Amino acid sequence: MIGRALTHVPASAKRGDIIEIKALISHIMETGYRVGITGQPIPRDIIEDFVCTYNGEEIFRAKFYPAIAANPFMSFFTVATESGTIAFSWTDQHGATQVQTAAITVE
Amino acid sequence: MSRLTALSASLLTALLATSGALAAEIPLDQRRSNNDFVSADTRAMQSDDTANPGMLAVLDGEAIWNAKGGGQSSKSCADCHGDAAVSMKGVAARYPAFSAVLNRPVDLEQRINLSRTSDQKAEAFAFESKELLALTVYVAHQSRGMPDAVEETAQTKPFIEAGRTLFERREGQLNLSCAQCHDENWGKKLSGSIIPQAEPTGYPIYRLEWQEVGSLQRRLRECMYAVRAQPFDYGAPELVDLELYLMWRARGLPMETPAVRP
Repeated sequence: MIGRALTHVPASAKRGDIIEIKALISHIMETGYRVGITGQPIPRDIIEDFVCTYNGEEIFRAKFYPAIAANPFMSFFTVATESGTIAFSWTDQHGATQVQTAAITVE
Repeated sequence: MSRLTALSASLLTALLATSGALAAEIPLDQRRSNNDFVSADTRAMQSDDTANPGMLAVLDGEAIWNAKGGGQSSKSCADCHGDAAVSMKGVAARYPAFSAVLNRPVDLEQRINLSRTSDQKAEAFAFESKELLALTVYVAHQSRGMPDAVEETAQTKPFIEAGRTLFERREGQLNLSCAQCHDENWGKKLSGSIIPQAEPTGYPIYRLEWQEVGSLQRRLRECMYAVRAQPFDYGAPELVDLELYLMWRARGLPMETPAVRP
């Protein structure tokens, strides 16, 4: 199950500025390779896709695999072009998606 | 198990290298947060609230703080205590604290559960449950940056002494005391990691090895397991005495919850 997310986008930036975007989400990222205390396999449960869009345009995408640690954290850069919405979406292997948005003002 | 074997081998090496001198307490002005002994990357992760995974537990704890407790009183924590940023500021820095009800010290987790059972008339959360950890992290987070203010009083003194005795007592198949590593050999290496002073000012912590948040009791039990001793059960008075001694020993250091540790 996908849990809470923490994202960071600068509230305001000058046009053309390079800005850092950060996104952290709560997820166990169970690899599927481990066994429980009685020896039964623990089923794989991971987030597979992460997408970030800026006013609808995709600016960053990542595919996650079992080697990614629990509570995946992404940090990347983009150029502030216009005011609007930066949207983050995480999709797990079951197809469940969680979306979080942040507003940015570009002067 | 190979990691444990490596650990014990290096423990022995470390201890053979030390003199047989009695454990000396670390002078107050030389006490340093465990944060000083982690890598720069881990420290950066702790100090950035978007990168610190412990902050996710703070969010979970805030939701529990504001939700009805599910007990007969149908009250939330916030209904009585209001804004945690005000009412809980500095509280965690004073825990474990003496409870007149139990006539002995209780740690923050136990105090939260006391309020749940007596005020909210709800069932206590299990030790190390996601809910109890989240609520504890949320409450302790309100004291971040404030100095650890655990004091020795007439009431707490015997329990601090009991904790100190446990800290200095050899135990387990490796026959090691906490003090042999954390008083006598802090700053040196053990299995490639630097031995910290065991200052508990960032708990509950997000431990990268655990990939989740965990309590000080969990950490203490892990250390006992590592020296091949039988760990005390969660909630055992001995563990609380140890927690109290450690928090008293770390007095004056800033609270860091949620700290990030390797």
